[in-house]
Amino acid sequence: MTTASDPIRTSADKTRENLLRLYRQMMAIRVFEEHVNELYTRALMPGLAHLYIGEEAIAVGVCEALQKNDYVTSTHRGHGHCLAKGASPELMFAELLGKEAGYCRGKGGSMHIADPATGNLGANAIVGGSVGIATGAAFSAKTLKTGQVAVCFFGEGALGQGVLYECFNLAQLWKLPVIYVCENNMYSEYTHFSETTTGDIPARAAAFGIKAETVDGQDVRAVFAAATQLADRARGGEGPAFLLCDTYRYRGHHVGDINREYYRSKKEEQHWLRENDPIKNFSEWLKAEKHADAAALTAIDLELKTEMDAAMKFAIAAPYPSIDQVDQDVYA
Amino acid sequence: MPETGTREITFAEAVREALAEEMRRDSRVFIMGEDVAEAGTPFKVLSGLVEEFGTSRVVDTPISEAGFTGVGVGAAMTGLRPVVDIMFGDFITLTMDQMVNQAAKVHYMSGGKWKVPMVMRTTLGAARRSAAQHSQSLHAWFSHVPGLKVVLPSTPYDAKGLLKTAIRDDSPVVFFEDKMSYKLKGPVPIEEYTIPLGVADVKRLGKDITLVGTSSMVQVALEAAVLLENEGISAEVVDPRTTWPLDEHTLIESVKKTSRAIVIDEGYGRYGVAAELAATIAEGAFHYLDGPVRRMGAMHVPIPFSPPLEDVTVPTGKTVFDVAMKLCGRS
Repeated sequence: MTTASDPIRTSADKTRENLLRLYRQMMAIRVFEEHVNELYTRALMPGLAHLYIGEEAIAVGVCEALQKNDYVTSTHRGHGHCLAKGASPELMFAELLGKEAGYCRGKGGSMHIADPATGNLGANAIVGGSVGIATGAAFSAKTLKTGQVAVCFFGEGALGQGVLYECFNLAQLWKLPVIYVCENNMYSEYTHFSETTTGDIPARAAAFGIKAETVDGQDVRAVFAAATQLADRARGGEGPAFLLCDTYRYRGHHVGDINREYYRSKKEEQHWLRENDPIKNFSEWLKAEKHADAAALTAIDLELKTEMDAAMKFAIAAPYPSIDQVDQDVYA
Repeated sequence: MPETGTREITFAEAVREALAEEMRRDSRVFIMGEDVAEAGTPFKVLSGLVEEFGTSRVVDTPISEAGFTGVGVGAAMTGLRPVVDIMFGDFITLTMDQMVNQAAKVHYMSGGKWKVPMVMRTTLGAARRSAAQHSQSLHAWFSHVPGLKVVLPSTPYDAKGLLKTAIRDDSPVVFFEDKMSYKLKGPVPIEEYTIPLGVADVKRLGKDITLVGTSSMVQVALEAAVLLENEGISAEVVDPRTTWPLDEHTLIESVKKTSRAIVIDEGYGRYGVAAELAATIAEGAFHYLDGPVRRMGAMHVPIPFSPPLEDVTVPTGKTVFDVAMKLCGRS
């Protein structure tokens, strides 16, 4: 195994390391989310959880193309974005359970994880609610000449919000370094996007002169390549971009959405699981290209399982905030 | 030696001075809004600022109140200190998600990790014959939301000192300016000063009745106090200056002294700021009261265009005088 100090480290080693990191990051999200599902079904988790399972390639492909101090904003389905940007599973689980040790001291919960240390401006439970914030962060980056890029993740449901188009106009007008990443998982809650969305989606951004691209959101390498190019472009002062990622939400709108046949068929779900799973497809490619064998990938899976088990246990054992915290942090 | 003493300037000039001083003092402060640069806003409050600070710090925006308010929130979180200009207070309706769900909650929801040091400047007040969508006083809406601070200056002195403090505050602050007060003149020190948020100001001392006035209604209360004085009634006029934080102590102590109170606020009288201030007084000075605390606000109608109709929708010195006379058992 090579190390950072190895003087004869080859670029092939480096490539392999980066590819395995993509795999690890995607699998970390999946294992994390399966633990969340377990917490919910064991009635240990208050509130709701919106799982990111099936969409992992987008968060990982995009965030791996970013620097640590680049900004992201996230959504109610945000655990994947937080982890991909570098959040600690322990502190995330603690937040999901409303514990003092959580990222937001238990005050935010699943839908509001924020972490300045990893540039995470916060997950947002208003659909399209963080578009202004991400655009504003890009405004700061440009004004203060920090070289940072802001990424705004949102689902295709946000395409219905007017503020998105106001911000498209502002971002292109001022050539802001912001990338709008639209995760089209085909369902806004329980409604297929074709019932709510007309016309060509990337054309909406292109109408403002924004560079718009579409990528297979189940292909982490394709997402990474597109995001890298758009981030470099934004950093170089060439302005905003829109990246449409086609994907699929494997689970329900939230963990309690079990019986889904009234809005989508089991056959459709099975198709995505079997043919289009981002982790399965990527692991097969890794093996076919001899970047990793099955044993190496299984070792990563087991390591992640152990890590997430421990993180979940930490959160379960962690104390709740004291009641006197309730009126703290209302004002800065 | 800095210059000392005072001079008379208008409310609009006081606002402009506060902005210019804070922009000179802190390069992170910038202004963003519709027609703020060369136009200096339709009220000309910002005239001259773009010439001094340039278009990168006095930024004209499209007519996209939600969009640029959201940009303000994000910019405030990431190292800048925006002053977002919403031309007419009626247009805050378009910014509600950005202010109520985003700006107000970011600090709390992040467990105190992110801050939103942003000021929204906007206007209130009727009587300009501008009809129902350019005449409202909607400051109660923001006062209702934890996480926002709300400032209602009534004089040039207060406007300048409070705006400087608002810009330095690390929380989102909404600063409402009465359109009819822009030309109001008053003494303002030449030397720098600030006024803390949450400290009421007694604009006139009295002993028989307390008139609590906010923003545009402070002048109305002062007019009523003069009319009452002619009748031998001594009215105290208290201006809370901010609805949140709220200086409950000064309001309650004044009413404990006078035993009577009228709260006058230009927002709609129903479910409004006047109701909240009246309740605060009733709770804090109940045993001292000689009568019910009265509320006076805008009539519960959309503000009409026609001048004789519009004029009756808002309290005046005369209508406050009439209510005060009744409360003092004199009519």
